[in-house]
Amino acid sequence: MTGLLDVKGLRKYFVYGSLLGKTILRAVDGVDFSIEKGKTVGLVGESGCGKTTVARTILGLTEPTAGEVVFDGRDLFSLEKQEMMKLRSEMQMVFQDPYTSLNPRLTVEKIVSEPITTHTKLRGHQLRNRVQHLLEAVGLQGDHSRRYPHEFSGGQRQRIAIARALALNPKFLILDEPTSSLDVSVQAQILNLLRELQKTYDLTYLFISHNLNVVHYMSERICVMYLGKIVEEGPTNDVFEDPKHPYTQALIAAIPIAKPRHAKMDVVISGDVPSPANPPSGCRFRTRCSLAVELCSEKEPALRKIEFDRLVACHFVES
Amino acid sequence: MENILDIEDLHVHFHTYEGTVHALGGVNLGLRRREMLGLVGETGCGKSVCALSVLRCIPEPGRIARGRISLDGENLLEKTEEEMRAVRGSKVSMIFQDPTSSLNPVLTVGEQLLDVITTHQPLSAKEARENAVEILRTVMLPDPEPALKKYPHQLSRGMRQRVMIAMALSCKPSVLIADEPTTALDVTVQAQILHLIKDLQAKTETSILLITHDVGVVAETCDRVAVMYAGKIVEIGDVISVLERPKHPYTVGLLDSIPKVQKEKPPLGLIKGTLPNLIDPPSGCRFHPRCAQVMDVCRAKEPELVEVGRGHCTACFLYSHRNSSVKNP
Repeated sequence: MTGLLDVKGLRKYFVYGSLLGKTILRAVDGVDFSIEKGKTVGLVGESGCGKTTVARTILGLTEPTAGEVVFDGRDLFSLEKQEMMKLRSEMQMVFQDPYTSLNPRLTVEKIVSEPITTHTKLRGHQLRNRVQHLLEAVGLQGDHSRRYPHEFSGGQRQRIAIARALALNPKFLILDEPTSSLDVSVQAQILNLLRELQKTYDLTYLFISHNLNVVHYMSERICVMYLGKIVEEGPTNDVFEDPKHPYTQALIAAIPIAKPRHAKMDVVISGDVPSPANPPSGCRFRTRCSLAVELCSEKEPALRKIEFDRLVACHFVES
Repeated sequence: MENILDIEDLHVHFHTYEGTVHALGGVNLGLRRREMLGLVGETGCGKSVCALSVLRCIPEPGRIARGRISLDGENLLEKTEEEMRAVRGSKVSMIFQDPTSSLNPVLTVGEQLLDVITTHQPLSAKEARENAVEILRTVMLPDPEPALKKYPHQLSRGMRQRVMIAMALSCKPSVLIADEPTTALDVTVQAQILHLIKDLQAKTETSILLITHDVGVVAETCDRVAVMYAGKIVEIGDVISVLERPKHPYTVGLLDSIPKVQKEKPPLGLIKGTLPNLIDPPSGCRFHPRCAQVMDVCRAKEPELVEVGRGHCTACFLYSHRNSSVKNP
């Protein structure tokens, strides 16, 4: 399957240490997925599982250790610097915390016009018009452009960040926990906005979140990550209805549902996520898995197809 | 049923350069014995201020302007600071949101835990230590003995929150206030901690006030729920009736804005506008500028809590004409 974005065997290791020895932290350890044009793929997992590192590596914000990312037919890691810069205008990112991702000393107009002046020759009156148009597209008023970020609430700041990401008419947006610092009623506004924008501008999204309800709402496909690897992938509704991997099952069972008489599976997994600097041998989930047997510590389960369009990395899941 | 904790007409003001912030504008809330009451609301609605007032720990420049907080019949607002110190930690204790910043990083877990125990209980060093190990065992901390010698940074976030819970429960308080105890944790760890809090409540018969912004957490753990908006309780009742048959327009809007796991994905419900500035809160009902069903009376008068079902009360004029008002639900 080839999509707008194809990620193959992506790895990112961080090496740190002192004279006494080096530690290799395998933040992303062999991740494959692809996103079709106009669709949204959700990437979920708990903190430290490598979601954000995947995003940053795709955009070239950190150097990959291995693997390839093909965007619109071009291999990103083999491009010259100049070509890469050009391509960057087609891929943008919205960050988690709108309090730290906007420069407090720039006006909204400067913030939104910065990518435009960097990449295009648009200036003066036309530039101002473009900024006004962008602000209106994300539900802000044109006269907000002279204000500074501190004059806005969290939800409005996130709208500014979205306007900045849209400034260059990108094809692909990475949304890295765009609503996790917002209240639910504001989150609803931002999620609705993102879905409208996707339709209007034919955007493709990689939606990263630890909140499964939100990922379910936003994405057609979902990839579940655990300690740097994808453990389950498939169409969102299917995965939520019938999760196959024990980790996905536990993750879905752990979402608090706002319905008091909701019947749910009682799968509570014990323990914490192990350190990615020293992951368990074999299957990385085995230390917290109720099914784990000797085989799991010896052999790492590959992500394999178990039925149409469903991939799972577990020794126990039958095809 | 008699309440263990009663908050009546509590007003808390913060005096700032820009003016007086009316953080709480008359909160009435009763915590029943052995119940788990959820207090939900969005950022800045006054949930934490409400909790901190019970401990009389509101940070400067906050002041309790008027009201009454009674614990087991005693008015906490009339106590001297010395008497309050005996209440905090032994009768009422609190768990905070972020276990990393609420534990002292330069003291071991044992030192911090023993500090709480020996302050409130006349025990020998050996007894206190045994007590500490025992309480760590009840919060399911693996290897409690060696854990006493560890520093907070040597534990994971989930384990640190277990230590916080151990400290809070070490003197068997009658009321435990848990302020967003799982917000900083991952979902699988959150599920563990919520299970633990529920189990411990069943064993210790503590009454718990659980503060959270997550309606899902309330639905899964609490017996009753109070919904707060802009410094006032707008709806309160048992979890099933409030979440299944919400009455107040704010509660309805809040529940509609939560994405649900279902096949169809219609646009999420919205509450228009933003939170009001509490320096100059809206007249009458504080929700009226954002309410779709606003009437003239909403701008003029403050609604009182009225009973709309058994033990289910809401502060909204849509329901006030045919129901009688309730003083302290």
